[in-house]
Amino acid sequence: MQVYLPIAEMSVNALLVLGMGGLVGFLSGMFGVGGGFLMTPLLIFIGVPPAVAVSTQANQLVAASVSGVLAHWRRGNVDVKLGIVMLLGGMVGTVVGVWIFALLQRIGQIDIAITLAYVFFLGTIGAMMLVESSRALIRRRAPTAKRGKLHRHIWLHGLPLKMRFQRSKLYISALLPAGIGAVGGMLVAIMGIGGGFMLVPAMIYLLNMPTGLVAGTSLFQIIFTTAMATLLQAATNQTVDVMLALLLLVGGVIGAQFGTKAGGKLRGEQARLLLASLVVAVALKLAFDLVAEPNDVFTISTRML
Amino acid sequence: MKRRFWPEKWRPRKLWSVRITGALVGLVAGGTLAATVWAQQLVADLSSHLIAITTGFTGTEVVLFGTTDGAGDVAIVVTGPRTPVTVRRKERIAGIWINARSVRFEQVPSYYMVATNRPLDQFVSRPVLERHQIGLPNLQLGPREQLAPEQLAQFRSALIRNKQRAGLYGITLGQVSFLGERLFRTNIYFPANVPTGLYNVEALLIRDGDVVSAQTTPLVVSKVGFSAEIYDFARNQPVIYGLAAVIGAIAAGWLAGAAFRRV
Repeated sequence: MQVYLPIAEMSVNALLVLGMGGLVGFLSGMFGVGGGFLMTPLLIFIGVPPAVAVSTQANQLVAASVSGVLAHWRRGNVDVKLGIVMLLGGMVGTVVGVWIFALLQRIGQIDIAITLAYVFFLGTIGAMMLVESSRALIRRRAPTAKRGKLHRHIWLHGLPLKMRFQRSKLYISALLPAGIGAVGGMLVAIMGIGGGFMLVPAMIYLLNMPTGLVAGTSLFQIIFTTAMATLLQAATNQTVDVMLALLLLVGGVIGAQFGTKAGGKLRGEQARLLLASLVVAVALKLAFDLVAEPNDVFTISTRML
Repeated sequence: MKRRFWPEKWRPRKLWSVRITGALVGLVAGGTLAATVWAQQLVADLSSHLIAITTGFTGTEVVLFGTTDGAGDVAIVVTGPRTPVTVRRKERIAGIWINARSVRFEQVPSYYMVATNRPLDQFVSRPVLERHQIGLPNLQLGPREQLAPEQLAQFRSALIRNKQRAGLYGITLGQVSFLGERLFRTNIYFPANVPTGLYNVEALLIRDGDVVSAQTTPLVVSKVGFSAEIYDFARNQPVIYGLAAVIGAIAAGWLAGAAFRRV
C-alpha cells in the first residue's frame, strides 16, 4: 500500500514504514533508547531526504517516549527529580546544538559532520559498553572472581551543588545529570536523535544510577528535548512530515509496548551487551560508507542549504 | 528562456506564448487549449491537464494525442518547471569521501521527456535539435560556474544521470505511434516523485528536417486534498504546525500507552 508523503514529496510503502517503526519501537522499549540512531539511517536508506528524516524522526520520538514512559511510570521506574535536572541541561544543550548546526551549515559540510558524529559517538560508546557488559557476563559465570567495590569515588563526585535524589538513592552534584542532559540535548539538535544510547550508559556508569530506573528516566527527559527539536525544525526548516511521523509512530508505539515487556525479562548485562552490539554494528556500517567509494561520486540537490 | 536562434517568422509566436503561458497559470484546469497554433498543420491535446497528487498518488500516465495535416514526423517534448540545481562531486580526502567541487546549474528542468515516432537522427538535423532543445544532449541547463569544457561536461552528465536515476529524465526516447498517416498518440509517464508546478508539453511537426508546426500545451502538476492541506499548513504556519505535530505525537503516545495497559 503506497502513501504519498506531502513534505518529503515522495511515495512510500506504508507497510514497510510501519514495520520499520515497529522494529525500532521494540528496541526502544527494550533498552530505553529512542532508536533514532537506527531510524534516521533507515529512512535515508529508503530515499527520504536526510533533512526530512532527521526532523520527522524527532517528532516520532516524542510519541515513542511518551508511551515508553507510561509503561515505566506504572512500574515506578522514573526518577522525576533527576529527570528534571537533566532536562534543564538538555534545554541549554539543544540551543547550543542548533547554533553549532547553523555554523556547520555555513561551512557547507553538515552531511559529513553528521556522519562523523554518528561514527564517533556510536563507535566509542558502543565499544565501551561492549567491553564492560561482556566482562560483567564473564564475571557472573565465574563465581570465584572477587566482587568489585560497590562505590568508587572519582573526581566527578567532588563537584559542588550536591543534591539528594531519593528515588535513585543518590547524593551527587546536580551538575552531573545536567551536564549529561546538555550533551543529550546537543545530540538531538545536531544528529536528530533522542540521545538515549548516550544517556543510558552515562547514567549507569557516571551517575551509578540503579539500572531499573535508567530507561524510564532517560525517556522522560527525551520527551521534552525531542518536542523542542520538532518545534524548532518545523519553524525554521519546515522539514517535519506528519504523515511519515504518523506511520512511524503507529508502528513505534506498538513495538515499544512489547519491547518494554521483553526488556523486563532480560538481565541488565544481557540487555547492555545486545544494545552495545547493535550500536557498534551501526557505527561500523556508517564508517564503511564514509570510506568506501560511492556508486556515483556526484550528487545533486535542489534544496538550497 | 535563452532561445536566441528563432527564425524571423517565429518571433511573434514567442511573444504570444510568453503572454499566454502567464495567463494560463490561473485557468489551466479545464478545457482544450489549442493555444499557440499558428497554422493548423498539427493539433494535439492531453487526456488530462491536471495531475493531482493525492495521498494515494503512485505516479500516473497522461495520453497525448493529435493529428497532422499530412505526412511528417512528430516529436513530443515534455519539460517541467526550471529550477536551480547544485551538483556536488565527492573526493577522497584523508580516506573519507567528502563533497569537494560543486557546480550550480540555474535552468534545470525538474522533468524532461522526449518521444518521437522514429529515431531522431533519422529525420532531423543537429542545429534544429539544438534550437528546440530536443533530446538530453541539447538541453540548455545554464551552468553558472566558468569551468573547463571537459569538467563542465562531467558535471552536466552527472546531473542528467542523477535525474534519470530518480526517474525524472527519460533514459530512452518515448514512442509516438501513428494510427494511419495522420493520427498519433503517445503515453507520458509521471513517477510518484514528480515535482509540482507548470509543465510544458510541446508537440512539433517535422518535415524535411525542419520544424514546420508546433503546439505548446500546459500541464499542471499539483498537490490536492489532504496532502495539499498539510503542505500548505507546514509552509504558511510553521510554528503552529510544529506545535500540532508535538501535541499529536504526545496524544498518540498516550493513547497507545493507555490501550496497552492491560496487555
